[in-house]
Amino acid sequence: MTALYDPTAPLTASGNLRRRRAVSAVASSATILAAVLAVGVLALVVFTVIQRGAGAISWQFLTAAPPQFGGPGGGIAPAIVGTATIVAVAAAMAMPVGVAVAIFLTEYAGGRLTRPIQLAVDVMNSLPSIVIGLFVFGLLVAGRHQSGFAASFALAMIMLPLIARSTQEMLRLVPGTLRDAAEALGVSRWRTIVGVILPSALGGIVTGTVLAIARAAGETAPLLIVCSIYGNKTTFDIFGQAIPNIPVSIFTLSEQADPSGFTKAWGAALVLLTFILLTNIVARTLLARSRRNMTR
Amino acid sequence: MTARTAHARRATAARRRANRIDRWAGLALYATCLAASLLVALLIVDVAYQLVHGSHLAFSRFGLGFLTTSEWAPNFNRFGAAPLLFGTIVSSAMALVIALPIGAAIGLFLSMFAPRAVRGTVGPLVEMLAAVPSVILGLWGILVLGPWVRGTAEPALHGAFGFLPIFGPAQTTGASMFTAGIVLAIMVVPIIASVSRDLFLTVPRELRDGAEALGATPWEVVRGVVLPATASGIAAAACLGLGRALGEAIAVTQVIGNRTGVHASLFLPGDTLASRVANQFQGATSALHTSALFYLATLLLIIGIATNVLAQWIGHSFDRRIGVAR
Repeated sequence: MTALYDPTAPLTASGNLRRRRAVSAVASSATILAAVLAVGVLALVVFTVIQRGAGAISWQFLTAAPPQFGGPGGGIAPAIVGTATIVAVAAAMAMPVGVAVAIFLTEYAGGRLTRPIQLAVDVMNSLPSIVIGLFVFGLLVAGRHQSGFAASFALAMIMLPLIARSTQEMLRLVPGTLRDAAEALGVSRWRTIVGVILPSALGGIVTGTVLAIARAAGETAPLLIVCSIYGNKTTFDIFGQAIPNIPVSIFTLSEQADPSGFTKAWGAALVLLTFILLTNIVARTLLARSRRNMTR
Repeated sequence: MTARTAHARRATAARRRANRIDRWAGLALYATCLAASLLVALLIVDVAYQLVHGSHLAFSRFGLGFLTTSEWAPNFNRFGAAPLLFGTIVSSAMALVIALPIGAAIGLFLSMFAPRAVRGTVGPLVEMLAAVPSVILGLWGILVLGPWVRGTAEPALHGAFGFLPIFGPAQTTGASMFTAGIVLAIMVVPIIASVSRDLFLTVPRELRDGAEALGATPWEVVRGVVLPATASGIAAAACLGLGRALGEAIAVTQVIGNRTGVHASLFLPGDTLASRVANQFQGATSALHTSALFYLATLLLIIGIATNVLAQWIGHSFDRRIGVAR
């Protein structure tokens, strides 16, 4: 019977160690495979959208209205204008409220209201977008009519928690020394917030808002409920009837069994995806930079 | 002498005025932030109110029997949510079964195994997958993934695992619970990946170094130290992903086939709560129909909140059991 421990044994891999190393290699390769799979799916989706959508893109597609009674030809100009309008109004509503909530939660933290408000923001963030759609339907559409404003309101509810969260993160990154310095100079609380803390967090707040815009621009479920029965006119009138928009156009075209509609859907998807991915890339780059500046 | 006092008096008055302005401005800023916060709280309360209000008609007509009725016949004013609850649970569960191992593996790759340069590109790319709008993923789902599922995946799975009832005979359309599960998995993977990556990075460096110094291979460090220390967090990440899958309406309605029915086979069409609302709300034929859809959304909200509560409860009890100090 051999001893359990043999000090003269050579320090090379025994069979057991070889097996353990092999298991480790297999496991780490599996994680690489998972990452390749996810990136591959992204590439596949983006590639398909480009491949099938590029054929649809033309000057006419981007600037003309769709034919009034469906069918081939025409473009998606009213939908592009409509989505831009809806999202801009939503951002104008969500950004001030989101930033104010974030200031309340970080700068005026510690009160009895902090926890419930934080909970409310988290709940709002976890609401399925279709539920937000039904809520806005009950609040603004039922008994009245669909409108661009209702769509903006729904998108604002999707953007608000995202903006509040990214602003909170940025406010927490503002160095404590800045606050201390302002306090030592006898600067009042509100001047410190408005004049010192907000400006130094501004870059992050803006990019956070841009990311929220990119997220909201593609939301379809709430728009389907509150802003989906529209004509083919380009309009900025958000309080009038429903206004055309890209996500609902893609959805409607994809649900019809019409091949020329599919081509248009891919074209509209390409326009939307280009906007969203470019916005994401730019905003993420800027965000990383302003984070670095803050923590340096 | 008098000039000096007058000057001092003026200065004091100016300071008082400044103080007063400061006080009012400070109060105004606080009031604004408080008002915004209360608005958010009010909106949440109003969401609950609107859903209850909207579903009142259906609730008073069907009561809780709605949950166990499997019929959905708008023309006959008969509505039941059982097949939709089934479809929601099955499609989300399938998404989670696929997405949890893949997402956690990506999290491990990004936090443990990948070189820094690879991390910097792969991480944002995976997050970019979450930025693809659901309507575009759904479009891809019906026109690209669906045909592939019908032509390749279904026959292959039925051939290999046909003895399991979930892999029934292949169908003529690609619109099925199976396709919906895959599309949902694609949406859930980036969420689990980014949450679990951040989670794995919180494991103290010394713990990992200690295990390595004892001769553990990289995988043994993960199995023995990283995963046990973060298990509750992974469960929470899974619940976050589950919440996303449960609530997704558009992409699911595009690919699931929109049929009412409870089938064992994943290759048959079905429907979910959220998908049914998205699909039928515009064309609702009666007030009762609309109300039934509101009822579905209320159920969705309750399930979502329950998932969240469960996630936190799992986290807490697990932390207590293994005695992780946080």
